[in-house]
Amino acid sequence: MTLDLALFLVLALVAIATALGMLLSRNAIYSALFLVLNFVTVAVFYLLLGAPFIAMSQITVYAGAIMVLFLFVIMLLGADALPKTDVLPWQKPLAIALAVVLAAESTFLLVTKARPVGDILAPADAANSMENLRQMGLVLFNQYLLPFEVTSILLLVAMVGAITLTKKEKGGQK
Amino acid sequence: MVPVDYYIILSAILFTIGVTGVLIRRNALIIFMSIELMLNSSNLAIVAFSSAIKSFSGQIFVFFVIAVAAAEVAVGLALIVEIFKSKHSIDVDQISSLKG
Repeated sequence: MTLDLALFLVLALVAIATALGMLLSRNAIYSALFLVLNFVTVAVFYLLLGAPFIAMSQITVYAGAIMVLFLFVIMLLGADALPKTDVLPWQKPLAIALAVVLAAESTFLLVTKARPVGDILAPADAANSMENLRQMGLVLFNQYLLPFEVTSILLLVAMVGAITLTKKEKGGQK
Repeated sequence: MVPVDYYIILSAILFTIGVTGVLIRRNALIIFMSIELMLNSSNLAIVAFSSAIKSFSGQIFVFFVIAVAAAEVAVGLALIVEIFKSKHSIDVDQISSLKG
């Protein structure tokens, strides 16, 4: 067993365990912190796959910005667990059974029917260097310039939308 | 050397955990976090394929997905805060009417 395969297996266990922790913990804060750990693990996967720029974006945008926003909202709304409600008691076992079917089905289809794409070698030293970043910048700003600019408009719209949704109208009720 | 299948299976498992979270949890914030987990697992599959065929396009696609996820979280959390202000709960079972 090579070093990166061992690393992959350990990290895969951590990723699945933290995802399950997110799913099962009653406290929303614990869920958010488990999810941060999951995002950091996926960032290490990106490094293993030779995508250092995506790994750093993952940490700054997901683990940094998005999860901080989540924690902020959780603390704003109160972190206490919701009271148990018994609307649709049969729904939870049915959902779990269907999820198991989905997992089995997708794994089966992906492994047996997909065309084999090959193995992922350990990234060469060049992959995690400035050369990788330079090539990615060239592709991004030559081939994908229009989507890049459209993304900036999307972020502006999201920002304006978030502000108008939460701000109070001047003088009285919104 | 890791076969690309392993990454795809891991991605499928994480996606299923996200789907389960959307289905069984009642807290709107946890449901939203599960959606983030699903987005993340699909990103992992895209980067794995892009690395297997040695192309940069997949990585750039993931970069755009991350940007869209950030925008989605900003608007979605604003909506959840608004719902909490009018209903005083983020339990999705309580949110059964469109009237504010």
